[in-house]
Amino acid sequence: MSISREEVQHIALLARLRLTDEEAERMRAQLSAILGHIAVLQEADVSDVPPSVSILPPIETFRADEAAPSLPPDKLLANAPEREEDYLRVKAVLE
Amino acid sequence: MATAAKTNEPWRWTIAEAGDKLRAKAISSVELTQAHLDRIAAVDADVHAYLLVTGEMALAQAREADARLAKGDDLTPLTGIPLGLKDVIITEGVTTTAGSRFLEHFVPPYSGTVAQRLRTACAVTLGKLNMDEFAMGSSTENSAYGTTHNPWDLTRVPGGSSGGSAAAVAAGEAMGTLGSDTGGSIRQPAALTNIVGLKTTYGRVSRFGLIAFASSLDQIGPFTRDARDAALLLQQIAGHDPRDATSANVPVPNYAAQLTGDIRGLRMGIPKEYFVEGTEPGVTAAVQAAIETLKGLGAVPVEISLPNTRFGLAAYYIIAPAEASANLSRYDGVKYGFSIREEAGDLIDSLMRTRGAGFGPEVRRRIMLGTYALSSGYYDAYYKRAEQVRTLIRRDFDAAFAQCDFIISPTSPTVAFPIGDRVDDPYAMYLADLFTIPANLAGICGLSMPGGFSEGLPVGVQLLGNNFAEGTILRVADAFGRATDYHTQWPTLGAAKAKAKKAASKGK
Repeated sequence: MSISREEVQHIALLARLRLTDEEAERMRAQLSAILGHIAVLQEADVSDVPPSVSILPPIETFRADEAAPSLPPDKLLANAPEREEDYLRVKAVLE
Repeated sequence: MATAAKTNEPWRWTIAEAGDKLRAKAISSVELTQAHLDRIAAVDADVHAYLLVTGEMALAQAREADARLAKGDDLTPLTGIPLGLKDVIITEGVTTTAGSRFLEHFVPPYSGTVAQRLRTACAVTLGKLNMDEFAMGSSTENSAYGTTHNPWDLTRVPGGSSGGSAAAVAAGEAMGTLGSDTGGSIRQPAALTNIVGLKTTYGRVSRFGLIAFASSLDQIGPFTRDARDAALLLQQIAGHDPRDATSANVPVPNYAAQLTGDIRGLRMGIPKEYFVEGTEPGVTAAVQAAIETLKGLGAVPVEISLPNTRFGLAAYYIIAPAEASANLSRYDGVKYGFSIREEAGDLIDSLMRTRGAGFGPEVRRRIMLGTYALSSGYYDAYYKRAEQVRTLIRRDFDAAFAQCDFIISPTSPTVAFPIGDRVDDPYAMYLADLFTIPANLAGICGLSMPGGFSEGLPVGVQLLGNNFAEGTILRVADAFGRATDYHTQWPTLGAAKAKAKKAASKGK
């Protein structure tokens, strides 16, 4: 199993990870090797086997719809790299 | 060990012993806490278990515990006991990094449920412990803040990802700690450092405030020097939490009450798929000896088969990265954490630069692997198939637990390996978790207990139990501990240091 440099850069864009050419090449080699080991999955007989959705027994949890105190904006925004009043500041999406 | 040494060195006590002495007023929590802070000052430069020591806060908590002990009401077995937390459990007002550069300056606005429960019990928190970045790794070498060293041999890894939590207990830098286990991150480091590490049943302990890696696999659990202490810690953290929708509303039994020392008639499953070539002979020998010891105590051996074991590692390395790729999308440099803005063009460019530089190589690798497995055209071949295999593994355990009460195996195929040995070969690192991963996929509980030594390095024995059967495996581990003295052995850190120096000078 091997993947191409183009696939690596496509996946990196989907994952929002900037990779240098050198990093992309190393990633290509390592992912190909890991996928080679993972190929053993194709040997498992999974016909008629449902995928695990949850390992917990099915539960339905309800709670009363009651208002409860939550943290104040100042406390929640204290870690923000950039803020303006109670808003998070980001780079322009459209110039 | 001489009793005098033990009296002068309270960091050698178990939680149960220290609790008795605290309640008998033979020592105060401030004295006990100071003894641990002194021990950290003496050895942590070599071990590097801690990312942050909160000494002043710990002493303040100890004074609070002493006041409560003086009054004598509202006491728990953990009141006044100095503990540590893996730095993946968020703590209000105390920097929490998850071993990542991304969260270097992150100060959580609230505490995780387990941290709150330890505070409710008036336990003392000494600080935050080193780990592989976002709990991804088996050696602690993926920490952005330097690796932790194994107290038994400072040139070797302590295991991971909870390497700091394990090394701290092994070196006497905390009486107990909490870690998290997604594919073996509690059991494997416990094995490599000669302590007890318990991965709880999925849903047994709240994950609220645990920085997420793979949400269907992650569980919090204790590291301690013996099974009794693990039972005491588990008692305090187990139970339903309305803030974690996956926490189970299942009654919490009295764990310590189950440590009867009597395991006669318990059926011990020996899975042939866990005794295979590739495991070090010294590890196999120790586990075989443990099986004989347990037989001697009255456990009844049963040959069992877990036929889908060979697919476990592959299924895990699809499912865990897939979940991680989704969980870690929150690190965007917008709401909190590391952020690159100035040199970036637009928002997407800022995101890509931030994430490209903020995550270390292993985290990037797993995000890429997970994104790939979930991407269009590959979903059925990888993710769906891995989840089908997960069903098969769960069925294997269901069939096994119809025949036995617990399962015994090695925890790790090897003893602690040298620092640097596997960093360039990700798959070799993944193999460290071969025997621990299936329990996470199935959701069952498991622990590692000290099972002897191979060439001076600790060997861990794994006990697996069915859903919510923590009491059973703790009972077996406690009985084993009463019959053996492995868990009472301590690393001689001075000697380890000399050996490390010698190895370093050889390298030059």
